[in-house]
Amino acid sequence: MSQIRPLFKREFLGYFRSPVAYVFLISFLVISVSLAFSRYGNFFKAGTASLEAYFLFFPWLFMFIVPAVGMRLWSEEKRSGTVELLFTLPVTTFEAVLGKFLAGWAFLTLAILLSFPMALTVAFLGQPDWGVMAATYFGAILMAGAYLGVCALTSALTKNQVISFVLSLAACAVLVFLGLSSFTNTLESILPVGVADVVSNFSFVTHFDAFTKGIVDPKDVIFFLSLIGFTLFLNVVALER
Amino acid sequence: MIEVKGLVKTYGAKRAVDGISFTVNRGEILDFLGPNGAGKSTTMKMLTGFICPDAGTARVGGIDVTTDPVGVKRQLGYLPESAPAYPEMTVEEFLGFIAEIRGFRESVEKRARIEHVLSLTHLTTVRTQTIETLSKGYKQRVGFAQALIHNPPVLVLDEPTDGLDPNQKNEVRTLIKSMAAEKAVILSTHILEEVDAICTRVIIIAGGRIVADETPAALRSRQPGARLDEIFRTLTLSAA
Repeated sequence: MSQIRPLFKREFLGYFRSPVAYVFLISFLVISVSLAFSRYGNFFKAGTASLEAYFLFFPWLFMFIVPAVGMRLWSEEKRSGTVELLFTLPVTTFEAVLGKFLAGWAFLTLAILLSFPMALTVAFLGQPDWGVMAATYFGAILMAGAYLGVCALTSALTKNQVISFVLSLAACAVLVFLGLSSFTNTLESILPVGVADVVSNFSFVTHFDAFTKGIVDPKDVIFFLSLIGFTLFLNVVALER
Repeated sequence: MIEVKGLVKTYGAKRAVDGISFTVNRGEILDFLGPNGAGKSTTMKMLTGFICPDAGTARVGGIDVTTDPVGVKRQLGYLPESAPAYPEMTVEEFLGFIAEIRGFRESVEKRARIEHVLSLTHLTTVRTQTIETLSKGYKQRVGFAQALIHNPPVLVLDEPTDGLDPNQKNEVRTLIKSMAAEKAVILSTHILEEVDAICTRVIIIAGGRIVADETPAALRSRQPGARLDEIFRTLTLSAA
């Protein structure tokens, strides 16, 4: 387990050694903030001192932006041949998978936390409920981890970053769309209601919504954590095959 | 130090390695010779635990690579073919990462290890350059430095002199020779002059099988008066 630290360090700093980190952080913040201020977000019109309008778009935004972080995790190593170097160093596959995943997750967490000026703006204009705010940030970080788990897995399946990106996007899109009401209605008309309920339960949107209302339900936390655990397990399997 | 018994690896319908067995002792430099696609790299990848053999065993220092791959990897210094390294890192950062993974976390010792291999492989002048800006010869030396950082008892080098100019080749050979006394070294090449230049034993592989395993002198005496490349051709063509 002690091997995770150097792996984490290399991967995390790796984002900053190339322009990737800066391009990503700036576009993420610009897009997320402009969506909140757009007429779809109604950040001001809503007239509430909360970040709900800001976080409303996160499941959608993550769908595009997390694959951009996750696609390089393994594809890049496979393409450049460094995967042979990595796996002839004294590390287990699990340590490598976890180290890389945690580095990507830490990077996404940094991106999410850098939206703090939005929180400060709300605090300046009114009296936000800090409990709700903390729950929302916590939920967003958990959700980012779940997205990243999916993207890391698809990245391990191919050495082509474009394929990796498209696969991740498709997988994430499914996980988002499952929770939309129009989609579940269609599902219910085809499948028994019980089955449709189970299927729509796998959506990121359903589980994230509670957090934005300040509810930290253990069920939601466990959903995201078990999704992370499951994808990381598959990630190890995909690399050892 | 190294015992390989009956290694087999099949890719689809092609048997890349077909029952290879050999041993290498401390103080020996074993040269793996063979045409492209003969199974040299595949054998090395199985020995270093990067790919799993379909059959057979490989042991390094008494440890089986399939049961304790990490234990084997700790004792190995491996230079993969074409010396892969993280291009966005500087030479120092990269060697620092390898040193940390190899267990040298304490900064004084880590520094000392890096300085030692930097001077061994003559990389001091490019230490702050990113690896992507280096020429092929320098990249190859970074790969070599990386394999030496923990002073391993076993060195596995896949085409260590590939892409080097004649002076650099000579330097790398001298370096390998100077370390050979307390190590077991396997290197692969398709440059025949290296047989006489460094190794104590030659294994010639063709079509995934060993066709010769002997000293360079014994190899020469197979066809007295013939050049090495003629002997090589006779051995590998008759096998394939």
